Amino acid sequence: MSMISVMEGSIAVAQAVKACRPKVVSAFPISPQTHIVEELAKFKAKGELEAKYVRVDSEFSAASVIYGASATGVRSYTASSSQGLLLMMEVLYALAGTRLPVVITGVNRTVSQPITIQPDHQDTMALRDTGVIQIHVENSQEAYASHIQAFKIAEDHDILLPVMVCMDGWILTHSYEPIKLEGQELIDKFLPPFVPKYRLDPKKPMTYGSYADDEVQEFRLMLHFAMEKAKAKIEDVALEYKETFGQYFGGLIEKYRCDDAEVILLAMGSVIGTMKDAVDHLRKKHIKVGLVKVRAYRPFPTEAIYEAVKEAKIVAVVDKSLSVGQGGPLATDVKAALYNKNGPPVLSCIAGMGGRDVRVSTIESIVDYALGCMQGGKAPDIAYIDFKPHYLGMTKI
Amino acid sequence: MATEARLNLLAPGHRACPGCGAAIALRLILRPLGKETIVVSATGCVETFTSPYGQSAWDVPWMHSLFENSAAIATGVQAALEALGEQANLVVISGDGGTFDIGFGALSGMFERKDNITYICYDNEAYMNTGVQRSGSTPHAAVTTTTPSGSHSYGKLEYKKDMPAIAMAHDAEYVATTSIAYPQDLMRKVKKANEIYGPKYIQVHTPCCIGWGFDPSETIELGRLAVETCLVPIFEKEKGKPMVVKKIANKKPITDYLKKQNRFKHLFKEEERDAVIKELQQICDDNARRFGI
Amino acid sequence: MLTEGAVCEGGKSRLNKTGNWRTMRPEVADTCNGCGLCELFCPDSSIYLQEKRAVIDYDYCKGCGICARECPKGAIEMKEERK
Repeated sequence: MSMISVMEGSIAVAQAVKACRPKVVSAFPISPQTHIVEELAKFKAKGELEAKYVRVDSEFSAASVIYGASATGVRSYTASSSQGLLLMMEVLYALAGTRLPVVITGVNRTVSQPITIQPDHQDTMALRDTGVIQIHVENSQEAYASHIQAFKIAEDHDILLPVMVCMDGWILTHSYEPIKLEGQELIDKFLPPFVPKYRLDPKKPMTYGSYADDEVQEFRLMLHFAMEKAKAKIEDVALEYKETFGQYFGGLIEKYRCDDAEVILLAMGSVIGTMKDAVDHLRKKHIKVGLVKVRAYRPFPTEAIYEAVKEAKIVAVVDKSLSVGQGGPLATDVKAALYNKNGPPVLSCIAGMGGRDVRVSTIESIVDYALGCMQGGKAPDIAYIDFKPHYLGMTKI
Repeated sequence: MATEARLNLLAPGHRACPGCGAAIALRLILRPLGKETIVVSATGCVETFTSPYGQSAWDVPWMHSLFENSAAIATGVQAALEALGEQANLVVISGDGGTFDIGFGALSGMFERKDNITYICYDNEAYMNTGVQRSGSTPHAAVTTTTPSGSHSYGKLEYKKDMPAIAMAHDAEYVATTSIAYPQDLMRKVKKANEIYGPKYIQVHTPCCIGWGFDPSETIELGRLAVETCLVPIFEKEKGKPMVVKKIANKKPITDYLKKQNRFKHLFKEEERDAVIKELQQICDDNARRFGI
Repeated sequence: MLTEGAVCEGGKSRLNKTGNWRTMRPEVADTCNGCGLCELFCPDSSIYLQEKRAVIDYDYCKGCGICARECPKGAIEMKEERK
């Protein structure tokens, strides 16, 4: 039986993880990931979590513990943030390369220096080439659902890739929402036990972590193809979740009031909720604006994004991170998706870094600016939103 | 035509250098453990020469992940085995670089958590796989590619890190040193460690002909000399029991050991290095006294 | 076809006949008493015991010479490899 109650985003994630029946959980604390792993520890202490819970000496070890566990054939989970995710990064490449379907919560927080524990997407952006699937969520209910979906996507024998569910720290992990928790029986039906393709087993001695000189290029290609296959899988699993539990948050992307939109906003994460409010408000003023939520950042939904925005006159991408020396990483990917197809121009906006608030009014000013660019027929390379004005020698709003 | 049953779980055709001490260590470690064993290794010589894709030498399940995480990987394997209700002998076989240096944090965590793992370090006293750079295990005064000798240096200035003492300070269930030159001792200690529940640490001295500079046929001889000069003490310490030390009746001078290796030959070319040789002899004498060798 | 994650079957190094690395060749004399010490010390899993005597597997022996040096009976001699 499903049940609705008000809880923190972190608790919703912990509930989802528990319901997925992992056999091994390992974690090292870092803000703002802590409430998730603390809640799982409480479940364990109360006998409600079946998993072995391994408290470790670092995030490097946390990722390594679930690596060994997954290779031994059991469903495994960890969570981290920011510096912790960066410390895991070497392990993440290896996990993906070894095709181990672990699930990780990436609680988005910016990266030092200077140090702050405030959220943006700088951390998971650094992980985009690891071979780990990234699903970014808009709210805590989606975070709950996406963890249940994540194991199903990861463990499919056509995919066999780690999945990271990315959620904005504090904004989601520490805010309270009514959450619909699904019944265990239905979850068990949706997510059957993990069946590994290979495993460490003395009955059939397999070698993991080979030295491969000749075929590295092909192994990397296989990873890429598995990512390509994951596109359909992510869509299918989202639809199956909808059929089973009645909730849908989008597949690779979610379109919001895009049908006749001239300006389309495009972003990931919790800012989507704010953007939906802004779109509704602007629509009342008869401004033709729509929104594309990017749910899967890797694999990148190149085709789906093109189809969603091709009729628009301009796309305004909001990045909560900055690829120093290049610009907005999400905008860069969107431009690449549209470039050879005569897509609309792309306005790249950098906003909300280090936890700076992105409000409805911020989004409205971006739309306003995009409308101006649209009339002028082209977009500037980059727009820095809500930066302190005297630091901006370049393009500004 | 009866073939005497001697269990061999490291297949021939692996790509170790001729005379490789680490390859000898692997064979001797695996024999008492048997087929119901899972091995985890850090990046290093063993990983490289045993695991070419499609030509693995391992007749037991084996996993390599990265350089610095073999202890944590093994913890994950152990947790999964427990969750599944399965049993297997679980050992880590990693080099001194992956143990003393880069994997030290993960190993400390393994000890502290009391994980049921036998961690075995094959100690060839430098980063051999990358071309003989110094590690925390490289002995004092040895030349490596990052501690060359010259008018301003006589090789590695620091002393070898005392890993067994660090393992004992973690209250590990069983800590032992051994050498490939004493195969019965090595196999007995591996067997014993495997029968004890909890974290165990065994350090296997494994001479490396390429890195140390001696003839491949002398691998065992060098191992023996390291022990007979007391530079490498051989002992075992089971928790709650007195330490048992291998006694050496006729101790040999350190020069017998040093002179056979290119990594120490600079000490014999310059007179002012006599003091360094004396210092090395002092290390041996201190070992003899401290351990009662 | 390549396997996912480069996971592969163990024991297949036997495909790699390292015997052609050899420049010196160990030969076992009749004085061998089958003590088996050479088998313990062989890094290349290339010695086995048959009817109380050491037998060299020349498919894999790399010719390091440890067996000859360590044989307590002096029963193994390293000879120049002729191909």
